[in-house]
Amino acid sequence: MTSGGVLRRMGRSEAASGLAMISPTASYAILLLAAPLALIFIYSFLTDGYLEIIRTFTFANYLEAWTNELYRVVMLRSLMVALTVTAVTVLLAFPVAYFVSFHVDPSRKSLWLFLITIPFWTSYLIRVFLWKVILGYNGVVNSGLLGLGIISEPLQWINYNVGAVVVTLAHAYAPFAILPIFVALEKIDRSLLEAGQDLGESRFMTFLRVTLPLAMPGVIAAVLIVFIPTIGDFVTPQLVGGPEGRMVANLIQLQYLKLDNYPLGSAIAVSAMVIVTVVSLFFLYLNRRYLRGPES
Amino acid sequence: MTAKPTMIEFRDVQKYYGDYHALRGINASIRAGEFFSLLGPSGCGKTTLLRTIAGFEEISSGVILIDGKDASTIPANKRPTNMVFQSYAIFPHLTVEENVGFGLRRAGLDKAEMARRVGDALAMVGLTGFGKRAAHALSGGQRQRVALARALILKPKVLLLDEPLSALDKKMREQMQMELIKLQRQVGITFILVTHDQEEALVMSDRIAVMFEGRIVQLDDPETLYRRPKTRQVADFIGTMNFLPATVLSDTPEGCEVEVAGLGRCRIAADQAPPGGNGQETTVGFRPETLTILYDGQAATVRETPGTVEEVVYYGDMTYYDVKLDGVSAAVRLSMRNVPGRPVLDIGTRARVAWSPDALVLFR
Repeated sequence: MTSGGVLRRMGRSEAASGLAMISPTASYAILLLAAPLALIFIYSFLTDGYLEIIRTFTFANYLEAWTNELYRVVMLRSLMVALTVTAVTVLLAFPVAYFVSFHVDPSRKSLWLFLITIPFWTSYLIRVFLWKVILGYNGVVNSGLLGLGIISEPLQWINYNVGAVVVTLAHAYAPFAILPIFVALEKIDRSLLEAGQDLGESRFMTFLRVTLPLAMPGVIAAVLIVFIPTIGDFVTPQLVGGPEGRMVANLIQLQYLKLDNYPLGSAIAVSAMVIVTVVSLFFLYLNRRYLRGPES
Repeated sequence: MTAKPTMIEFRDVQKYYGDYHALRGINASIRAGEFFSLLGPSGCGKTTLLRTIAGFEEISSGVILIDGKDASTIPANKRPTNMVFQSYAIFPHLTVEENVGFGLRRAGLDKAEMARRVGDALAMVGLTGFGKRAAHALSGGQRQRVALARALILKPKVLLLDEPLSALDKKMREQMQMELIKLQRQVGITFILVTHDQEEALVMSDRIAVMFEGRIVQLDDPETLYRRPKTRQVADFIGTMNFLPATVLSDTPEGCEVEVAGLGRCRIAADQAPPGGNGQETTVGFRPETLTILYDGQAATVRETPGTVEEVVYYGDMTYYDVKLDGVSAAVRLSMRNVPGRPVLDIGTRARVAWSPDALVLFR
């Protein structure tokens, strides 16, 4: 058996043609995602020198990232903001998805979904700026309330803080939460809801015992889709967060570009990724429990 | 049987979906403890009628009484009825045990009692040991048993079955038919079955309501329905029926004298001939098994006529022949048991066709 024969056989195999098909995307992903990530991972264990990176292995960056009060506060704030945004978004998205799935005439559903996705027609950056305009010192809310004589001077607590970040992000990610929940609700066989009532449960109890558990995969998907990008969001806290609303992405940017401390920035970035991974795995585990794989 | 009290009563039940008139004045009563079938082609309103009993459809007018109480005052979740859905509606996120015990939550039982009842219900449908299985790991037949156990565990007064056997293969379906009959005798509650399969209805039911276009056109026991269908439509839907044009010669309380194309002059007993005038152009019907082919050597009778075999369909135990009777344009179908020494005839064979004296049913 020569190696040529093996290669020829591989060339014909399904696995080989599959690999050939995904290779453009795979190489793209490796070059632009895996490689930079690996670089950051390596940086995080190197030592920062003045204007250069010293190639000595160290845990000092991680020690700094996890013990320094400042970084801890920002990391916890990011976590809190992301969790709050996720909770607010998913809680508001569920009724919308439920309404579209259960109460909108089937022929109108696609129109509704289309309307829900309209915010995506505008750039994310512009949507964030929009909230700046709405919440700002001379913004829509303040001038409106001033004009109506409800307040005598502009409210300052509505902008440049954590609250403004939450409002902006919740608005930006609403469609991301509505769509997976809608899909999960659509998949529910309506006779299951009748069966719930037939077996003696009220509409509300049927919702709790049948609809909600069956919608959980969609809810978990919505949670992940909202949570993962919001915890690392950079633009919104930068534009509407003010000094109080800084999040971990802003901190990493600060380390990299302002303080030129690549290793510490990398260590914070890797730490943030680990935290996101742990939280996401927890939600995936919940999802697994609701789905009950065939092995159980 | 007649002494049994009424469990469900429909009084002029009407149902509209917008302009569509789905139920057009349903009047019927279903007795306690009987196996009752709603039979009809798709779109005849049988499922709608079943769902009005369950409380999933509101009726436009009329009254439905369930065990003497006006159903409109009872919401779906409070009715003494349980349903086996066509899709079975097994909760996919729950195990077999949790599915079967779903309706017991409100009974507030302790764990041991709950487990005992679920175990009993699973045993009743032959699923002992399946309790921990995930719902999606079940076959079609098993899912149906779970649906049955889940409904019967609540001890309903009426069990509603919406085409429960339509998703099963033929063998499984026949087995489940027998099991359902046994189960119904065992628990003794009213079963109401919706089906489009006339054979299934005949096999399983104490009484059958045949529905067409939102109306019950005939409500009888299976034998009456088969032997004395009231209309051509019913006769055509249930089993196979041959039709021949006929003229009524005389109409007396004892029966009718009719002149039937191809068969000649025949008498029809009064219970198979609704009253009407003489000289009327009508139709008579007869089942394939009431005709027979006389073989060489069999004695001639007064009720026989010559014909030509046009088509032969061999079924193993039976052979169906389409025979064109002399003087009639359309062929009639007849069935013969295949017994040793009786050869299957070839197409084109000339044959003597005889019919039994009470074969004919007159349709006006």
